[in-house]
Amino acid sequence: MSHASLATVGRPRRVYLFGTCLIDLFFPDAGVDSVRLLEREGIEVVYPQGQTCCGQPAYNSGYHEDARTVARQQVSLFPGDDPVIGPSGSCASMMKHHYLDLFRGEPDFAEVQALSTRIFELTEFLVRVLNIDLKDLGAPQKVAIHTSCHARREMGVAGDAEQLVDSLGNVERVGFERQTECCGFGGTFAVKHAPISAAMVTDKVDTIDASAPDRLVGGDCGCLMNIGGALEKRGSSIRVQHIASLLWERTDEPPSN
Amino acid sequence: MNRPATEFKERIQRALDDPQIRTNFRRAMDGLMAKRAAMFPDADELEQLRDLGAAVRRNALARLPGLLEKLEANCQRNGIIVHWAESVAEANAIVLDIVRKHGGKSVIKGKSMVSEEMELNHHLEAHGIEALESDLGEYIVQLAGETPSHIIMPAIHKNTRQIAELFVEKLDGVEFTEDAEALTAIARGLLRRKFLDADVGLSGVNFAVAETGTLCLIENEGNGRLTTTAPDVHVAVTGIEKVVETLDDITPLLSLLPRSATGQGITTYVNMISGPRKQGERDGPREVHLVLLDNGRTTSYVDPELRTTLQCIRCGACMNHCPVYARIGGHAYGTVYPGPIGEILSPQLLGCDEAGALPGASTLCGACGEVCPVRIPIPKMLVRLRREAVTRDAASPVKDAGAQRSTSEALIWKAWARIHAVPGLYSLVTRTASAFKKMPVVGPLKAWSSVRTPPRVAGRTLHQRMAARGSTK
Repeated sequence: MSHASLATVGRPRRVYLFGTCLIDLFFPDAGVDSVRLLEREGIEVVYPQGQTCCGQPAYNSGYHEDARTVARQQVSLFPGDDPVIGPSGSCASMMKHHYLDLFRGEPDFAEVQALSTRIFELTEFLVRVLNIDLKDLGAPQKVAIHTSCHARREMGVAGDAEQLVDSLGNVERVGFERQTECCGFGGTFAVKHAPISAAMVTDKVDTIDASAPDRLVGGDCGCLMNIGGALEKRGSSIRVQHIASLLWERTDEPPSN
Repeated sequence: MNRPATEFKERIQRALDDPQIRTNFRRAMDGLMAKRAAMFPDADELEQLRDLGAAVRRNALARLPGLLEKLEANCQRNGIIVHWAESVAEANAIVLDIVRKHGGKSVIKGKSMVSEEMELNHHLEAHGIEALESDLGEYIVQLAGETPSHIIMPAIHKNTRQIAELFVEKLDGVEFTEDAEALTAIARGLLRRKFLDADVGLSGVNFAVAETGTLCLIENEGNGRLTTTAPDVHVAVTGIEKVVETLDDITPLLSLLPRSATGQGITTYVNMISGPRKQGERDGPREVHLVLLDNGRTTSYVDPELRTTLQCIRCGACMNHCPVYARIGGHAYGTVYPGPIGEILSPQLLGCDEAGALPGASTLCGACGEVCPVRIPIPKMLVRLRREAVTRDAASPVKDAGAQRSTSEALIWKAWARIHAVPGLYSLVTRTASAFKKMPVVGPLKAWSSVRTPPRVAGRTLHQRMAARGSTK
């Protein structure tokens, strides 16, 4: 999908981080750990304080004018040529793909189009642009991955998270039944169709529980909030974590004295 | 929420609460997904075939008016009588008129979703004509007084035991058996006579070939062949979008449709109907009619985005792979076409007042778009129709645009946009939330918390932590 733009990126000196609203409020560790991973690779990370939300909730609800108002606020924050990294396949896809529909015919379409070529999902960037080499320092652990539907089907980056986890020597990646099926989050869907969403996440945690990983990681905090909340509600010991946090936690060398 | 939207939610709840529905659909959909996957072992071949299928359908639609004229001319040359119906009422009147001219007692039917769209059975029965479904699934559904719950497998919501019980209840002298073959034999035995007695055989059409005036009809039970050959008169009903240009165009579609639908390499029967019995021939219908139904399709046609819906070849793969459909089943949608394709087609056919809530019943997971053999951008269309449903616009091609708009929801999004477009305001709100750490468990959070713990607000936002780190602009 973004292969054409990948070729032209090379290894940048500087990137922007688009932290996403869910990470900002609920999972700031995922944002900070993303920054740490990037900085360790020698990349300067710029985090514009004016950023809020990509606009997807309103966009998916059909309120496109409101979505555009919010999206426009983000577009102005990332001038220049530096890549914009999102630790979320869903938000990255919104900015990379759906902004093009949202801004078609608008006076700032060209600016949006230019931005869309610079959007990367975090794991995609780590693997395909940085070709990151990870040294696993952690204890043996069984990890399952839940790739969000937008990361999988819109960004096409499911393989990147798997590759990263597989590169951790002490981690055993475990699968689970119907792994590619949606967890039932769907943003406002979880509110508007709460009963269907509840049925879906219940089935999802049944299958995760059955394969008994120590931890479930993912690249999208919406899914993690959904799955993690359902696991916690039933008293499961399986913790959920953003993949950036897993990667950082297991590869961060303790300072030598 | 308007009344249809409320009723939709009620049907969803009933379906979710019905363990039989949950089990039947899950099992059936799991099976269908596995069968389809086994049919497309080569991902590259699949993608190329989907490109080809999409190109054939887009090409046909791009030239639809001309192709329809060509189809009409070539059908007529073959001796097929062509009728045009702008509305369901017109189509029903045309069929009724044909049946009345030919005995007027009974119609045997092959599977046809357009006839479901027309509610043809009701119409004929209201005029004293028996309309009997001959597709096994359709027969079961008709016997139960229900509607199809899937466009390819109409009785997929029932398991063998439920069908066995239905047969005992509705058919004379039938002993209870859960043997699927025995049940099929019972239906077959009862239906066989009906093919010979019926005045008219009515079928759908999978592809209508403009260049040759051929009607292509695929099926697995042979009932389609009997329906279109045994009675003296054959009436085919179809939507105007089913036309393709050449016989060659059918090849990729025939390769895609059964594999996507039921995981079969090809259906047991592929019927190519090119006209009535010719002089000297000993069998076949004496008259063949083709009824081409618009029913709102031309309205969608003029909009380049909505037009993509008309590419559909009715394989049902989108519903087979839909995690929502797998949970609630086809009846919950309350429309002829359920699942993802129904969610985008129904608002176009029926308008946003009646069907505008349907596109909301999706997580936008994209599984439907991923498997669609003709690359209909279903997720994108779901979003488009959500917009149509809440945006009042007299110029919209979609009927009753804006019918699902509620003042309160519109206000919530306005407020949301205001907060998220003004960084200072956003900062104030998020910092306040993180200072309090907890969110009140009311409204949406209450529903959320039925099966999940409520989300916990972090003590410091990412904005705050990044500001403290200093690597910030």
